[in-house]
Amino acid sequence: MEEAGKISRYLYTVIVLFLIWLFLTASTDPQELAMGLVFSLLIGAFTYPIFTTRGLANLHPRRVAYAIAYVPYFLWAMIMANLDVAYRVLHPARPIRPGIVHCKTVLKTNPGKLALANSITLTPGTITLDVDGENYFIHWIWVPDEVLHAESDEEHVERASSSITAPFEKFLRVIFG
Amino acid sequence: MNALAIIGEILVLIGTFFYFLSALGLIRMPDVYNRMQTSTKSATLGSLGVMIGVGLWALGSSFGSVAWLTKTIVIAVFLLLTNPISAHALIRAAYKSGIPLWHGSVVDKYHEYIASKTGAENAEETAEEVSE
Repeated sequence: MEEAGKISRYLYTVIVLFLIWLFLTASTDPQELAMGLVFSLLIGAFTYPIFTTRGLANLHPRRVAYAIAYVPYFLWAMIMANLDVAYRVLHPARPIRPGIVHCKTVLKTNPGKLALANSITLTPGTITLDVDGENYFIHWIWVPDEVLHAESDEEHVERASSSITAPFEKFLRVIFG
Repeated sequence: MNALAIIGEILVLIGTFFYFLSALGLIRMPDVYNRMQTSTKSATLGSLGVMIGVGLWALGSSFGSVAWLTKTIVIAVFLLLTNPISAHALIRAAYKSGIPLWHGSVVDKYHEYIASKTGAENAEETAEEVSE
């Protein structure tokens, strides 16, 4: 992945820090804003090398639009996940059939992989156990029949990926590249 | 303004219900991996419901201001980003320290992957470690 210039990365860090300050103080008093800007500039100067590698390119309108569209999609998946958990916990027979399955992802960048792992952990019945390169190992609380009875490893990976990682990748591929 | 307070109260109620489910899941599930599943998901959504609910509730009642809502949003986003990471770290550490899967588990591709990666001669050692 290409690295953005230092100034671009620095400015992006300052913008994010200042936004957090705005939310935390919830005040538009000029004194508060000035102090927040000073602190953002200071902290940004120390932390921008570890915070971002792409700088202001993160604020590309297409990426921001996809990120905003991702929020309700993700929240919906999370609510479904919790109804699923509620069903499994409250059902007298405790319908679980756990297993660790193997998925592959098409995402290339580290932030993208992190976001995908987080999304998997919070959605129905799956939790990320390990990530190694493009391989994801996922503990699934109910391994469905078509994955369980796959004949070869490739088929297993393909079927598991299409039901676990693919729904998020169409968003995350645009947001994180 | 009162409608906001009612929505907030309902959200807090839903959140506490999911907290309850999370605790119940800890008791009912058979092994550490399935317990992580229930506790992570329900506790995260429960916390989101309670926090956003408190923010809206404060906005709707006389003592509140918009500062409550923005602060709870910051906390909720922080929790949403960090909770799954801690769950991932815990479950991975559990696997690496050799805690076995539940006997009803149907498939373990991770063990096969580690075995194929470390080579044939080390595979049996790893298998013994995991089974212990």
